[in-house]
Amino acid sequence: MSTYTVERNEAKEFQPKLHPKKKGRFAAHWAKYGTGYLFLAPFIILFTIFVIVPFFVSLGLSFAYYNMLEPPEWIGLDNYKLLFLEDDVFLIGVKNTLIFAFVTGPIGYLASFFAAWVINELHARKFFSLAFYAPSITSGIAMSVIWLYIFSPDRYGLINNLLIKLGFLTATEPILWTSNPETIMPVIIIISIWMSMGTGFLVFLAGLQNMPGELYDAANIDGVKNVFQKLWYITLPMMKPQLLFGAVNSIVNSFNVFGVATTVAGFPSPDYAGHTIVAHLYDYAFIRFEMGYASAIAVFLFVLTFLLGRICMKVFSSKDTY
Amino acid sequence: MSNQAISVKQRIYARRRGSLRHRIRKIKPSRVLIHIFMILLVLFTSLPLVYLVSTAFKPLDELYIFPPRFLAMRPTFQNFSSLFTALSSTEVPFTRYVYNSVLVSVLTVFGTVMISSMGAFGLVKYKPPCADFIFNLVVAALMFPTEVTQIPSYMVVNKLHLINTYASLIIPKLAVAYNLFLMKQFIEQTPDELIESAKIDGAKPFMIYWKIILPLLKPAVFTLIVFAFQSSWNDYFSPLVYITSEAMKTMPLAIQTISGGTTDLSRAGAVAAASLVTIIPTILVFLIMQSGVIETMAYSGIKA
Repeated sequence: MSTYTVERNEAKEFQPKLHPKKKGRFAAHWAKYGTGYLFLAPFIILFTIFVIVPFFVSLGLSFAYYNMLEPPEWIGLDNYKLLFLEDDVFLIGVKNTLIFAFVTGPIGYLASFFAAWVINELHARKFFSLAFYAPSITSGIAMSVIWLYIFSPDRYGLINNLLIKLGFLTATEPILWTSNPETIMPVIIIISIWMSMGTGFLVFLAGLQNMPGELYDAANIDGVKNVFQKLWYITLPMMKPQLLFGAVNSIVNSFNVFGVATTVAGFPSPDYAGHTIVAHLYDYAFIRFEMGYASAIAVFLFVLTFLLGRICMKVFSSKDTY
Repeated sequence: MSNQAISVKQRIYARRRGSLRHRIRKIKPSRVLIHIFMILLVLFTSLPLVYLVSTAFKPLDELYIFPPRFLAMRPTFQNFSSLFTALSSTEVPFTRYVYNSVLVSVLTVFGTVMISSMGAFGLVKYKPPCADFIFNLVVAALMFPTEVTQIPSYMVVNKLHLINTYASLIIPKLAVAYNLFLMKQFIEQTPDELIESAKIDGAKPFMIYWKIILPLLKPAVFTLIVFAFQSSWNDYFSPLVYITSEAMKTMPLAIQTISGGTTDLSRAGAVAAASLVTIIPTILVFLIMQSGVIETMAYSGIKA
């Protein structure tokens, strides 16, 4: 039991001992970390070229006016001023995104963990996990066909049909799920939760399979019998790395909602009821070709998600041992 | 050899029989409830897959029925034969697109698994002074919306003269923030004691990575293979933007050409057939990787 402490960050022991003879500071540093740098090098080089450079270019563009035809023109903070002080539609998008994210994120996260935890115990695990992961494999096609049929705004739509048969609705007044501003958001939320659970689910499943069985044996000896006690005292603490990955993943996904919203409510949506931050970004980047303004929106979204991500990292990396 | 195999088989059967009887005796209502609940949940999530398969086998007249029926009443291979007629009329043989897709996906998956697991190993187990900074940069990068980095990315690929090469479909996808993040999270769980003892035995760093860390990471590696294969196989954007020659395009583009990008219902059958053909490799990869993960379940580094 004692070898499996949750403190995994101690790496001191296997940094090679420095040579006793005197070396320059660089050589000493290299002796200690050189191999680590070599392992990191391929990633860092490619990452810098293909991710960091575009990232900083976009960051720079957020302070410029750039219509993709003329060279960018430096305008300082004007994009941001416009964004926060004058763009009312953007504020609607922020509001919708926040509502969406705070509902979808936690529900999807908990549901995918629960599903992984249960499916890991079942016998036909391969079958169950494929069926559960199916929305992620078929996402695009599946969503447009199935969900638009389920929420079809006429009396043949699955839900309307059901409500009419049960007598909650009259056949002449079906609910306009995808064009009524009041129902657009709930519909988007339901579809997104269903679609977004795959990634977190697979990572949690892999995390559960990574657990050493001895821990449970030890827990049995210690008198932990209840399934939920095992979950709380052993599984969850051991799975902190995967839980953090899942949390960051669901934050990023839920704040970047756009595709589902457009498919459900159209673009632009009635009363901007399905307008999100990324929808606004898309509007300026690919319809109005104002790349500078779009970059400013991207930077805002980035700051928002990064702050939440940092909070999650604080929560999941606390060094308490169980 | 064969004797041994038979005895192993018999032992497995014996254990199964035993466990079945044992299981029936031990069935608890809560377990039954959980199974029923999970089957309902999974029926719900697997709807699109079922729908896709049934649409691919529907004859033309059934596609027009409104409200649409879920299952095909008179299944037919008509959609597949019309798909293959359409495929044989393209200027480049369809097998060429398949070859391109397989080549690009296999190299991308292999490369990204190696590069991200090696990077994560260096980051976690050697802890260079910049480790925290690099990790924060990686997390930051995966949070930046990709919509605005597409144009700068194109400029980079263009500057490196990679346009219209296979490399443009592979190299930009090797160092993905998500993949390193995933690997790092799993490497943090590997016990340091194993590495130490390997060091004492005189193992070189690369051997430690290859013989000790990678086997311990199997569940993570298999999961990453599923993610990376799926994203590379389905990638529509990169070949559309980076590839100009027809002979180097990949399957998603070819399928798009066949379906003509229309939402015309008469083509829905052919599109569904094409989509089914396209996702079968993803499903196969998923199933193979899941079996691999289940086999390695018995992993244990050291006894507690």
